[in-house]
Amino acid sequence: MSLDKDQVQQIATLARLKLKPEEHAELVDKLSRIVDFVDHLSAADTEGVIPMAHPLDVAQRLRQDVVTEPNERDRYQENAPSVTEGLYLVPKVIE
Amino acid sequence: MDLHAKTLTELAAGLDSGDYLSVELTQALLDRIAAHDEKLNAMITVTGDEALAAAAKADADRAAGNAGTLCGLPLIHKDIFCTRGVRTSCGSKMLDNFVSPYDATVVERLAAAGAVMLGKANMDEFAMGSSNETSYYGPVRNPWDLDRSPGGSSGGSAASVAARFTPAATATDTGGSIRQPAALTNTIGIKPTYGRVSRYGMVAFASSLDQAGVITRTAEDAARLLGVMAGFDERDSTCLDEPVPDYAADLGNSIKGLKIGVVRQHFDEGLDADCGARVREAIAALESLGATAVEVDMPNIDLSVPTYYVVAPAECSSNLSRFDGVRFGHRAKDTGDLFDLYCRSRGEGFGDEVKRRIMTGTYVLSAGYYDAYYLKAQQVRHLIADDFKRAFEDVDVIAGPTSPTAAFKLGAKVDDPITMYLNDIYTIGANLGGFPAMSIPCGFVGGLPVGLHLVGHHFDESALLRCAHAYQQETDWHTRCPEGFA
Amino acid sequence: MTWEVVIGLEVHAQLATRSKIFSGASTAYGAEPNTQACLVDLGYPGVLPVLNEEVVHMAAMFGLAVNATVAPRSVFARKNYFYPDLPKGYQISQYELPIVEHGELFIEDGEGNEKRIGITRAHLEEDAGKSIHEGLDRSSGIDLNRAGTPLLEIVSEPDLRSAAEAVAYMRKIHTIVRYLGISDGNMQEGSFRCDANVSVRPQGQQQFGTRTEIKNLNSFRFVERAINFEIERQIDLIEDGGAVVQETRLYDSARDETRSMRSKEEANDYRYFPDPDLLPVEISHEYIEAVREQLPELPDAKRHRFIDDYGLKADDALQLTMSRPVADYFEAAVGATGAKPQLVANWVVGDLSGALNKDGLDIGESRITARDLAGLVTRIHDHTISGKIAKQVFEAMWSGEGTADEIIEAQGLRQITDSSAIEVVVDKVIAANPGQVAEYKAGKDKLIGFFVGQVMKETKGQANPGQVNRILKDKLSG
Repeated sequence: MSLDKDQVQQIATLARLKLKPEEHAELVDKLSRIVDFVDHLSAADTEGVIPMAHPLDVAQRLRQDVVTEPNERDRYQENAPSVTEGLYLVPKVIE
Repeated sequence: MDLHAKTLTELAAGLDSGDYLSVELTQALLDRIAAHDEKLNAMITVTGDEALAAAAKADADRAAGNAGTLCGLPLIHKDIFCTRGVRTSCGSKMLDNFVSPYDATVVERLAAAGAVMLGKANMDEFAMGSSNETSYYGPVRNPWDLDRSPGGSSGGSAASVAARFTPAATATDTGGSIRQPAALTNTIGIKPTYGRVSRYGMVAFASSLDQAGVITRTAEDAARLLGVMAGFDERDSTCLDEPVPDYAADLGNSIKGLKIGVVRQHFDEGLDADCGARVREAIAALESLGATAVEVDMPNIDLSVPTYYVVAPAECSSNLSRFDGVRFGHRAKDTGDLFDLYCRSRGEGFGDEVKRRIMTGTYVLSAGYYDAYYLKAQQVRHLIADDFKRAFEDVDVIAGPTSPTAAFKLGAKVDDPITMYLNDIYTIGANLGGFPAMSIPCGFVGGLPVGLHLVGHHFDESALLRCAHAYQQETDWHTRCPEGFA
Repeated sequence: MTWEVVIGLEVHAQLATRSKIFSGASTAYGAEPNTQACLVDLGYPGVLPVLNEEVVHMAAMFGLAVNATVAPRSVFARKNYFYPDLPKGYQISQYELPIVEHGELFIEDGEGNEKRIGITRAHLEEDAGKSIHEGLDRSSGIDLNRAGTPLLEIVSEPDLRSAAEAVAYMRKIHTIVRYLGISDGNMQEGSFRCDANVSVRPQGQQQFGTRTEIKNLNSFRFVERAINFEIERQIDLIEDGGAVVQETRLYDSARDETRSMRSKEEANDYRYFPDPDLLPVEISHEYIEAVREQLPELPDAKRHRFIDDYGLKADDALQLTMSRPVADYFEAAVGATGAKPQLVANWVVGDLSGALNKDGLDIGESRITARDLAGLVTRIHDHTISGKIAKQVFEAMWSGEGTADEIIEAQGLRQITDSSAIEVVVDKVIAANPGQVAEYKAGKDKLIGFFVGQVMKETKGQANPGQVNRILKDKLSG
């Protein structure tokens, strides 16, 4: 196994995923297999090759600085699980 | 009158000459979906009322002489496209309750041309899968054999076109999600050049690979729809301001003198021999139409799948972070603190495959692994794209199989992610390089359809459509209909 | 042991665009919660960012203003972390290839010498929203109006050696961004804030000490206090045998202390990677030259010009050039009077600033226009009124009673310059104070002030003081 239980838990924490115990065990196995599989890449000779982040070799287009979006809060908040006075609610955040 | 058997082009002519109304056509297809979808599970949401209203409006527009190019023509949208006022689930429990407040650009353009949406098609959850088995709404069945998968992720789109629920469906393709299901269901599937069609309003899986396209039964219909969908969109920075050719008009041009590259690496031991034979025959048929075929070498193409399974999960892990149970989507009940809210909402809202990809992506981007995986994959991606570019110096299109096998049994590959991932071995390269690509029905193996895969140079969808159209004029594979769906 | 302090600042300047960096929502401050958060700002499924051209322009202006390289190619990256005020679960920022690199500016160090502070880089990024805790029982409320507001994060080299230098540097950046008109610099509204990286090391040691980062300092006073507190804390810690822990700290202004911000879940791993929704930003040489052409005169250049061309005292030139509207006001006033620029400067730096401060007004809101102030200064210059009377006229002008000339006329404040009229008063004063006259004549020269005062009192301050002095001295010595 290229990944152990603790590593999988650490990744799940970083990704904010709560795993059931059986999911956790299965992921140790399957993620290890995936990681072993993508390890094939290490064989490629990429000396001096520029990483390609995007299929397009063009520059970013820019938009004009104009306000185009009206207030549609109520409509946008119809999908929100918990809202009060226009605010999205989450469990108290303490800094 | 078997309206469901007609192509989009035939229906357009029928509507134009007043043989039937869009309302009648729409009702006929809605009835058909109601009668047959229990077998297939191709649809997540059927929008009957909206469809009939849109059809009535189309009929009125036509009567008033205001018919748009797709006036009154039916289609189904993959449930990855945001549709205003209609649930957009993306095949996930996470978005089971999500009603989009806006239309995707693709949806908006097709509607503006007069198209009538019948409903939203089933798909692998967040487009992650090659069998449609990762959908929260259950797997889609292949109309050619109900025990088999129609492929994925656009399995619902492909099955609904194959089963004659609709002449056309939108779909998306990140690693083969349009072309592989098209191949497995005897339909045409085209993924245009990256940047040809706006991604705005398409729920993102892997932003540098995702591209919207269509599934139809004929190249002619695909050309017709693509002409409406394609083109610059100011809301998508990666959608290019390139002139869109008149695809439909280009179809008639001969393929005489067209040079086809056949990738040596695509006919190795991984390919089912019978499928390979059908593909060879199809290439020979294209040669008999005046094209010439030469072998091309793509030394890095074998690394496409591992490259993809670093790049796509990396991007997806970040793209799916917005699903946190705060502004939309599934939120777990009775959560404790914020951390608990996040972890449980996401843990409950996402299915197994999506979690695997998020985890893989998180891992390959994390400190200490970024260079070995993510950066390395970006470099190999460059090598693969260069393989294609080098090939296109000599040839106009690259041809090969779409999928290593014909449709496989449901459940056959679910336990082994790697076997599942290898389904896309021939299609992924086009996504990595942003090239347009297409699958065309080219025969059967044991009663199951096989697809011919074509890849074109950037922004040259026309070459692909022209090949497909010429081939469809000479063959009748695409007219074959699965038993029970005639 | 003597300790050397090492400070680097990360200044966040909100760019003064109308719309957000990646969406067409308004950036106006103070709207009702979430009324300026559009689908892009909310991170809705399927939406995409498109870059605002004005932020590129503004970043290029800043780069040129601090003598930096404006990158021909810069790349947006995603910084991934979960927080409720970060709707997408990542912040779009720039990481490996920022838009501005290798800049510098100059401040005065403790000894009054010019000191160069390196600017490592400045990059564009989107701001997060706000969490609201008050008035909500066991919840926090999220307002995403600020989400997507453009920020320029300006990162200094660790060249600052005291809290005072850090403040001077931050003020300089503040002056520059406002000169360029790329940020309103409003610190109360959070448009201009900074994080400070602070460490100490024994004098002479090459290696840096372990640093802490103090987050979100939103006033010059807090920057100074927080850094000074942190320096002392670190030195005490080390001298007591402890060690500084690398961490993020928060400044509590009520207690005037910094304290650790421990995140309980994990160490941050931001997993930066290029944002695939955005393409590289390319800036041509021609574009940069066009921006350079339009660059306004910058504070240092203006200060030197004020000294050279107007003959101002260095301190006044500095004061006047701290803010471009003040400098513009000054120059408008100078242009409208024949009086010496230094006289105008005295009024702007003195009475006018005082009045503005007292009423909490900006120069743009001044109750006296530059032209009217010039009118007042002209009347001092041509001896129509004395400097003392001028203060009285200024007060009346500030209260809105009219221009200097109108007030002088209405209140009869014109200076008495008729010698015979002054002589009459002088005679009267001498006659009324025989005792003082005797003392003066006996050698108590200082009493001249008493006589001048009496004459001025009799003339309600309107007599020309120079003439009064001269006539008094003549008569008393006679």
